[in-house]
Amino acid sequence: MMLSVALFGVAVLLALAVLALLMVRSPMASRLIYTACMIVTAASLAAALSHLLTARPPEELTLPIGLPWLGAHLRLDALSAFFLVVVDLGAMTASLFAIGYGEHESAPERIVPFFPAFLAGMTLVVLADDAFTFLLSWEFMSLTSWALVISHHRVPENVRAGYIYLLMASFGTLALLLAFGLLAGSDGLYAFAQMRAAHPAAAVAALVLLLTLIGAGSKAGLVPLHAWLPLAHPAAPSHVSALMSGVMTKVAVYGFVRIVFDLAGTPSWWWSIVILTVAGITTVMGVLYALMQHDLKRLLAYHTVENIGIIFIGLGLALAFKSQGMLFAAALALTAALLHVFNHSLFKSLLFFGAGAVLTTTGERDMENLGGLIHRMPQTAFVFLIGCVAISALPPLNGFVSEWLTFQAILLSPQLPPWGLKLLVPAIGALLALSAALAAACFVKAYGITFLGRPRTRSAETASETDWFSRVAMMVLASLCLLAGILPGLFIDALAPISSFLIGKSMPAQIGAQWLSIVPIAESRSSYDGLLVFLFMTVSGTLAAFAIHRLASDRLRRAPAWDCGYPDASVLTQYSATSFAQPIRRVFGTVVFQARETAEMAPPDDTRPARLTVELHDPIWEWIYAPLADTIGAVADRLNHLQFLTIRQFLTLVFCTLVVLLLVLALWS
Amino acid sequence: MVLIRDLTIQGVQMVLVLLLAPLFTGFVRKVKARLLRRRGPPLAQPYFDLVRLMRKDVVLADSASWLFRVIPYLVFAATWVAASLVPTFRTGLLFSWSADLIAIAALLGSGRFFLALAGLDVGTSFGGIGSSREAMIASLAEPAMIMIVFTLALIAGSTQLSTMSAFMASPAVGLRVSLALALIALIMVAIAENSRIPIDNPATHLELTMVHEAMVLEYSGRHLALIELASWLKLVLYVSLIACLFAPWGIESSGAALPALALGIAAYIAKLAVGGVLMALFETSIAKMRVFRVPEFLGAALMLGLLATLLRFVSGSF
Repeated sequence: MMLSVALFGVAVLLALAVLALLMVRSPMASRLIYTACMIVTAASLAAALSHLLTARPPEELTLPIGLPWLGAHLRLDALSAFFLVVVDLGAMTASLFAIGYGEHESAPERIVPFFPAFLAGMTLVVLADDAFTFLLSWEFMSLTSWALVISHHRVPENVRAGYIYLLMASFGTLALLLAFGLLAGSDGLYAFAQMRAAHPAAAVAALVLLLTLIGAGSKAGLVPLHAWLPLAHPAAPSHVSALMSGVMTKVAVYGFVRIVFDLAGTPSWWWSIVILTVAGITTVMGVLYALMQHDLKRLLAYHTVENIGIIFIGLGLALAFKSQGMLFAAALALTAALLHVFNHSLFKSLLFFGAGAVLTTTGERDMENLGGLIHRMPQTAFVFLIGCVAISALPPLNGFVSEWLTFQAILLSPQLPPWGLKLLVPAIGALLALSAALAAACFVKAYGITFLGRPRTRSAETASETDWFSRVAMMVLASLCLLAGILPGLFIDALAPISSFLIGKSMPAQIGAQWLSIVPIAESRSSYDGLLVFLFMTVSGTLAAFAIHRLASDRLRRAPAWDCGYPDASVLTQYSATSFAQPIRRVFGTVVFQARETAEMAPPDDTRPARLTVELHDPIWEWIYAPLADTIGAVADRLNHLQFLTIRQFLTLVFCTLVVLLLVLALWS
Repeated sequence: MVLIRDLTIQGVQMVLVLLLAPLFTGFVRKVKARLLRRRGPPLAQPYFDLVRLMRKDVVLADSASWLFRVIPYLVFAATWVAASLVPTFRTGLLFSWSADLIAIAALLGSGRFFLALAGLDVGTSFGGIGSSREAMIASLAEPAMIMIVFTLALIAGSTQLSTMSAFMASPAVGLRVSLALALIALIMVAIAENSRIPIDNPATHLELTMVHEAMVLEYSGRHLALIELASWLKLVLYVSLIACLFAPWGIESSGAALPALALGIAAYIAKLAVGGVLMALFETSIAKMRVFRVPEFLGAALMLGLLATLLRFVSGSF
């Protein structure tokens, strides 16, 4: 029943895409399509929520489309229902945001038709129940999002971003194709139910894990496969950036969880070593990259890489515990990862909406040209602040809860027998703690330079509050961030069916705990109560304010800034994004990015200004991608002369290839 | 009845830390002055400063936003809540389960996050320099703190401060290498978090190397009073934390007999006094370090914490 609602939603979304193509010239098109998208995704969200919360049995459906002997298998179980909630919540708020935001679009005909199609693609991925449907929807999702990335195709940077995205997306799909091929085996059992029943051999399962890590990881943004992400996510219009960063990366996480936890059979303990290592590096590299940026949207995109790392740390721990039969701890780690999936989709969408609102009114993405927006966009500034606090994992908001649960899972890991894990997990814990602290620094910078201080340019000075739809969309997400922060027990309980399905055990029900606190293991061991912390902070802050205003003084006068007696009227004397990051760049950047600062001082009688140049190297790009691209180019050059053979030589070549392939086949079987 | 009793004890704890915080700072200043053969301000000087600041007008910079005015209350609230959850004279406080040690560290992180934003709000270069350096210090001090928490949690089998403190007081704990490493790291983190010498100098106002004071330079009147009070509370919090984990003697565990509680309070005040004297001795005998030596200092704390955790992971006997 709920599956039919979701599928009906997909059909309507596809119809909307066609409708948008037909009415591109109409001025009402964008508003109408976005409103319709919002209604459809809201209905689908309700269906997914009711499936998840009532813990129904899985619903299955086979449609007679697709491959004739296979059909399209679709299924809604707890895992796909949860990810459907993430997709639809993001899609609904993005559509609401876009009702207002889309008005400012210069070429809506390049966006509006692809937007519903992109939503339909993501929904189908999480509903697919056979390899063919999954890969087809996956590729459909990639292509529609690619079209959205290059919607502003006159900017050369965006075209390059689109090209790299297309390359990486095809590469990722290829890896997934091979993974499914291995799972399907020689009999071609493409339905997930058949894969689940066939237990693959250990070597095959290991290959599947590595291929899935490459395929889903490249879409999610695991280092070093993240290279496309910070280029492509900011290039798209902001509501699409929010969807790509907040939701599409989660669809990739879904792909990983579905294949590795559900289809690939029993995990070996060393799988988690691979995942944890990659995830740990991803977490710290992502936030360090983000700290070096001064383009607001690119900073947010790099920060997505960090959060994907946190999610994969949780997943890696869950696999480690599961492989050792510590099912209870595995359920805790998996719940932490999934809760972070949900939380990140909330605050990353919120932050991208905020960046979009800033971009619309000022035309600027570069933080060095912004500043002081809190005075001119107070409501946007307030909700953006909530997003910043939440993403920095600070109590009492939601980002803290999922990181806290991950820490609790790490604290259970000394009981893991393998020595590799015993040595690796504390290091991963340190990396996670380091990235949490760096994330806070990163968002002090993002918020402080963009919204606080004095306006650095004319466009920042004349900014105005964004439209009503956009603000409501952001407020919805900000309230959800607060709600998930102060009542985390409700959300943890909602995730219980997933861990019972994937692991066989789930965390204890939280709703009965004293004062709505969360108690992952036992109260004497650890507990956290977001509601009480929030209440205490509110009450003591308000009490202090009230008492001081009543008993001491409530007078206030305005004066020029003090600045140790030497205030400078020039706004350029403020700290900029680059100068804010300087101490951290010196501490971490000299090693990771080979950061060099060169100061050019004019000689004493010269009136030229002094200049400071900062030089950063991207290690991943320079050590992996550039050599790879050079090699491929060189090989392609060598192979070029194969195009200029005579017909005789071509025929010989074809014959030889055929013989070699037949030989290989003969040896294989 | 039990609820009322526990509520009272929790309330006493909240008021006690709030009242003792200025006194502790006054005491440290006094000891430092005596060590330098000065007479120093009276012990109660911080209270007078607070009252004087609260009664003055706030002079707000023209470019300051609403956030700048809210932040002192936020920082104060976060620090006070954190300080009232660290056991001082009695463990098993009524609300101790609402935030464990990780959450207490994160609450202090919230306070710092907002304070760093306040540094950037007015748009002056001093505020910026303070915020950016504070962010750098925090980026190393927070992971070091989490590593210390990991070590202690693995030893005590809990991240709950009351349980940890009770475990540390029991004979089961014994002498451990990891505990020693964690103690050294915790002291280093406490110095950095409280902007004390050799990381920062709380007594300076016109020095290019200042961090915390640069961030709060634009604050005045009641706002400044709250920020000062919050930083004093934070100092008391760290001393109480070290005391309840590494010197858990005299802390009443669950009873509520008045003499026992009075003894607990007396023990707590004695511990504060010892801590204050040690800190004053340390600060007068060492010079402030350059800002870019700080990462080495905190990096050492982080490595000590990591080493201690690693030892715990490798074997339960370390």
